[in-house]
Amino acid sequence: MFFDISSLQPVTQVFGSLFVLLLVATLVSFMLSRSKPQTDYSELTQRINSWWIMMGVFALSLYMGPMVTILMFAMLSFIALKEYFSMTPTRLVDRRVLFWAYVTIPLQYYFISIGWYGMFIIFIPVYAFLFIPFRMVLAGETKNYLRAVGNIHWGLMLTVFTLSHLAYLVMLPNEAEVKNLMVSGSGAALLLYLVLLTQLNDVSQYVWGKLFGKHKIAPAISPNKTREGLIGGVLTTGLLAMALAETLTPMLWWHGLLVGLGIGIAGFIGDVSLSAIKRDIGIKDCGQLIPGHGGILDRLDSLTFTAPLFFHVIRYCYY
Amino acid sequence: MNMINRALRWLFFAIIIKPIVKLVIGLRYQNKPILPEDGPALIIANHNSHLDTMVLISLLPLKVLHKVQPVAAADYFLKNKFIAWFALNIIGILPIERQSERQTRSPVEQCAEALQQGKILIFFPEGSRGQPETMSELKYGVVKLAEKCPQVPLYPIYMHGLGKSLPKGDALLVPFFCDVVFSEPMHFQPNLFDQVKARFEQMQSSVKLPKWD
Repeated sequence: MFFDISSLQPVTQVFGSLFVLLLVATLVSFMLSRSKPQTDYSELTQRINSWWIMMGVFALSLYMGPMVTILMFAMLSFIALKEYFSMTPTRLVDRRVLFWAYVTIPLQYYFISIGWYGMFIIFIPVYAFLFIPFRMVLAGETKNYLRAVGNIHWGLMLTVFTLSHLAYLVMLPNEAEVKNLMVSGSGAALLLYLVLLTQLNDVSQYVWGKLFGKHKIAPAISPNKTREGLIGGVLTTGLLAMALAETLTPMLWWHGLLVGLGIGIAGFIGDVSLSAIKRDIGIKDCGQLIPGHGGILDRLDSLTFTAPLFFHVIRYCYY
Repeated sequence: MNMINRALRWLFFAIIIKPIVKLVIGLRYQNKPILPEDGPALIIANHNSHLDTMVLISLLPLKVLHKVQPVAAADYFLKNKFIAWFALNIIGILPIERQSERQTRSPVEQCAEALQQGKILIFFPEGSRGQPETMSELKYGVVKLAEKCPQVPLYPIYMHGLGKSLPKGDALLVPFFCDVVFSEPMHFQPNLFDQVKARFEQMQSSVKLPKWD
């Protein structure tokens, strides 16, 4: 059940390359801060250190089997929802509604762990969507009602519904088999594929933008986003997706290219949409859990868009 | 305090309170922690929730736990036998008598005595918890105590979010992050009252998060 290396062979290969990549990044940042002591590289070093920790936690949870992976994503959803409720305005009368909002997390991930696809896919959009206004009406406060009900459900969709698609990936392709054998195989590889591409897409859009960025895309929302960064990042992600497609997924190489381009664009939109929320509230980061990156939501923003899209493309086209 | 109660207190904070504070609530330090390493010291903080005391004790290392004493109202916490035992031995409160008519000892003297014994006192200058997430008017007691113990440093700490997690009059814990702001220690001086007020206003304004709609 734990550390089933053989079924995760492609995953191990990719983690091996990631390890080397991060090692190079660590060495480069070390040499940079050595050769130019007058410039402050502490944020870069902090970011890279955080990447080590995030990669370590992610790898460990994948190797420890599907149930541990699901539990880890349940924890991530919890922290993300807590960050969301802590940064958006909520009403005192809705305290019990917020409590029920948290209760959806164990339920949603339980449905995933038993492989109940039908419930997993409608629980938040249907049942939570209907239950929350019901519970709010019981409280009886109408002032700012619409804003509050919209805020709570949007938070649930963002931090519980979309992120739980990542966890459901490990149950693919056959839920019953994964549940009985307690071994994740191709599902874990799909999860790694998506997370890796989405995160590297963020990094490469940032790097392309830094190097060649000129024409701003959404100056009112996110002034650092440029057309050059977006195009460079999306193309890089597409190529990487193509290269990894046949190792980690059931896709042909050119399917991988298309999916990779889609991940690049969807990741960008996820990033910008969370930036719009942060700008609306008037904060820079959602939190400070990850040194150098901000909060959990700052790191997962792109995944909230790429996860459901990728999941449904794969499930519809290949399984 | 006998050994069993002391061990129970240690276990209560190590196994129950610290994990709840760190995992269920979650602390976000807004700046580098500035905390007393040893007693005597006086921690002054804003007060919105019963969780305030739990968070402040969790901020300190367990090795000084036996010196930590939250200053609390005797009339509230010594109401019945079980709560009294729990408050005195597990939370480790220093019970003071608020109502001046029935007072046998002045609260300031009680606190000063504890400080002379090298205790780390947790003191809420607002007195009671008040409305969720709003600071009420500071009371003068903190200045009297500082005047009595001019060598004891005061550590102001501002917490945001606990009034949402567990406000006064509610028993259901709803998790929100708790933002903690630390500040340089202060000592007694003639205009301490205004200084403390100004310091709390400054710390409060450094947390830019929504309160309640």
